Amino acid sequence: MSPLELLWLVALLPFLGAAANAALGPRVARHWTTAVGVGAPGLSLLIALGCLVEYAGRMAPEPFQRSFYTWTAGGLEIEAALLLDPLSAVMLFVVTFVGFWIHVYSVGYMGHEEGYQRYFVYLNLFMGAMLLLVLGANFLVTFVGWEGVGLCSYLLIGFYYEQRFPPYAGRKAFIVNRIGDFAFLVGLFALVAKFGSLDYQTVFSAVAADPEGVQGSYLLGLSFAGFVCLCLFVGAMGKSAQIPLYVWLPDAMAGPTPVSALIHAATMVTAGVYMVARSNALYQLAPGIGGFVAVIGALTAIFAATIGLAQTDIKKVLAYSTVSQLGYMFLAAGVGAYGAAIFHLGTHAFFKALLFLGSGSVIHAMGGEQDLTKMGGLKSKLPVTYRTMLVGTLAISGVPLLSGFFSKDQILAAAFEGSPILWVVGIVTAGLTACYMFRLLFLCFHGEFRGTEEQRSHLHESPPVMTWPLVVLAVGAVLAGYVGIPKLGHFDVNVFAKFLKPVFADVTGHGEAHHLSLGLELALMGLSVVVAGLGIWAAWKIYGPGKELEGGKAWAARFPALHRVLVHKYFVDEAYDRLLVAPAAALARGFWRIADGILIEGAVHAGPAVSRLAGELIRMTTTGNVRNYALYFLVGVLVLLAWLIGG
Amino acid sequence: MTVPAVWYLLLSAALFSIGTIGALWRRNAITIFLSIELMLNSVNLSLVAYARILAERSPELALDGQAIVFFVLAVAAAEAAVGLALFIAVYRNRRTIDVNRLDLMRW
Repeated sequence: MSPLELLWLVALLPFLGAAANAALGPRVARHWTTAVGVGAPGLSLLIALGCLVEYAGRMAPEPFQRSFYTWTAGGLEIEAALLLDPLSAVMLFVVTFVGFWIHVYSVGYMGHEEGYQRYFVYLNLFMGAMLLLVLGANFLVTFVGWEGVGLCSYLLIGFYYEQRFPPYAGRKAFIVNRIGDFAFLVGLFALVAKFGSLDYQTVFSAVAADPEGVQGSYLLGLSFAGFVCLCLFVGAMGKSAQIPLYVWLPDAMAGPTPVSALIHAATMVTAGVYMVARSNALYQLAPGIGGFVAVIGALTAIFAATIGLAQTDIKKVLAYSTVSQLGYMFLAAGVGAYGAAIFHLGTHAFFKALLFLGSGSVIHAMGGEQDLTKMGGLKSKLPVTYRTMLVGTLAISGVPLLSGFFSKDQILAAAFEGSPILWVVGIVTAGLTACYMFRLLFLCFHGEFRGTEEQRSHLHESPPVMTWPLVVLAVGAVLAGYVGIPKLGHFDVNVFAKFLKPVFADVTGHGEAHHLSLGLELALMGLSVVVAGLGIWAAWKIYGPGKELEGGKAWAARFPALHRVLVHKYFVDEAYDRLLVAPAAALARGFWRIADGILIEGAVHAGPAVSRLAGELIRMTTTGNVRNYALYFLVGVLVLLAWLIGG
Repeated sequence: MTVPAVWYLLLSAALFSIGTIGALWRRNAITIFLSIELMLNSVNLSLVAYARILAERSPELALDGQAIVFFVLAVAAAEAAVGLALFIAVYRNRRTIDVNRLDLMRW
């Protein structure tokens, strides 16, 4: 039997794991929780690898689709079906592989925590929903997964529910995501109205067969393709934290660190990029929206990178870095380089998950401390963490021969083809990225230890169950780039692009875009290396050994206004609070006081009040005096008599 | 000469009304009780009168009305026994049988 026939198990196993752990409850011994919680995604990974080997080994892989149930609603038929094509194969690998190692890491990281079992229930549930998202064969199955991961994200951000901030951050993430999800749903409605189907293959082949059909004027001055693409992109903005809906992601760091690595760096937040790449047939026919996507991506990339420069919370730096890198992916998708976007998605999943897990290891060693200004000099105490994080930092900075270099270079080349301005923004961002990542590295691992004596005495390298995932991901962060070595002239070993090519087939009929000349491409590559080097050099100059905090303080003193703006993240949260949250809260309070407090409670209290009044009146007749009762009796008899005689 | 049956009925109505007014008006429980006895007996009188009227039309029903009177008398006797016992019990507790002052069941 072909392993592909077991594809459904890949998505089902994590759900079963979650159900089993939920049923076992929190009182079973921890190793049982661990066996179920890690075993389910582990088995899932093994089957997924089997599927991938089988699938990639085929000469010309046709998309593999299996339907399990057909849901009928009126004239609309939607299949609960899974699809394995090159795009979902890549996502499947990233999600199961990175996801499994983060599960392993969690065993060590969450080992001492209350709610260990609850954590694994949520994490397995997340894996299941994420796999449903990437394996869904139509928009609806993907949407179900999309909502599922949103729910798990909410649950895991608010994992430490006894504290004040995490539940708030969870609600914020959920509400901001709802805004995007609403637009996503509208897009799906438009698709159903037009094609009567949400199946990827049906919709996209209909689009490819009749490109003019979706380019006619539709709504709001947009073509049909434009409208749907805009709706889907707004959905992606929420899930993938793009301007203006990025605000939830930095706060999402309130969750446990492995959660940040899995959900808020490697997998869930890239779902928006996956969505856009999946719908590339439509995006190709809506060049205006593509440009919009690219501009939003570029703006988000540079905006978040500048904020990352000034943050002192180690996880906040990484969170803004994630927002920035997601902006990169959208920049690539916007200019039509879907392959580059997915490639960066994959490499980013490795090195960002690695960086988050590394920061988790540091936080673990520091006893929960996340403030970079209180760290320093951890290099000798946490050698494995330091080395693996160095690899991750080099990779994200775009140092040659590591994965980030290859993927970032492809994005920059594509951006240059799209518009040199986008390229400039991209390359400046690359420099900033190198700078803030090395700042983090220097502040955390170099120089003198700045924490308390108590923390110093507790410093220790994490147990092997945590360091092994770091090593595995570090290897991945180095090697993942080699599947997609950029094409240089006739030297083309980019198997990644070749593998994905059928998914990103041209539907516009204009043929392939022209490619940059070899010389220009090499020049761009060289420039990006130089800029990365400049970023690292700047970080060395400001935060390097012997300076650390002092260098940063000197620069902050030189540009106090700029520093203030960056530390406060451009005051975006404050502005949102004033402009959106406060009016919404006032409206809600109004509904509470007037609609609920006066109208509904009034109606509820009116019923008893009437009964009470009637009771008061009737009570007056109950005098306790037998003569009164006799009188009532007489009156009653007379009335009856009158009725009998008169009637 | 015989007295017409309707006179008995008129007398019965007059006695019943007197009994009713007495039962409502008086405050002494025993007087009320006596008034009720008066009402019962006025009803007895009307039953007997009707029995006479009925006997002229259908002789086989002549005794029905008179039979009911015996039931009423029996019940009234029982009632008198229970009622007087109650009044004595109430008087022992409250030192009065003025019904205006016996309003313990008041709200």
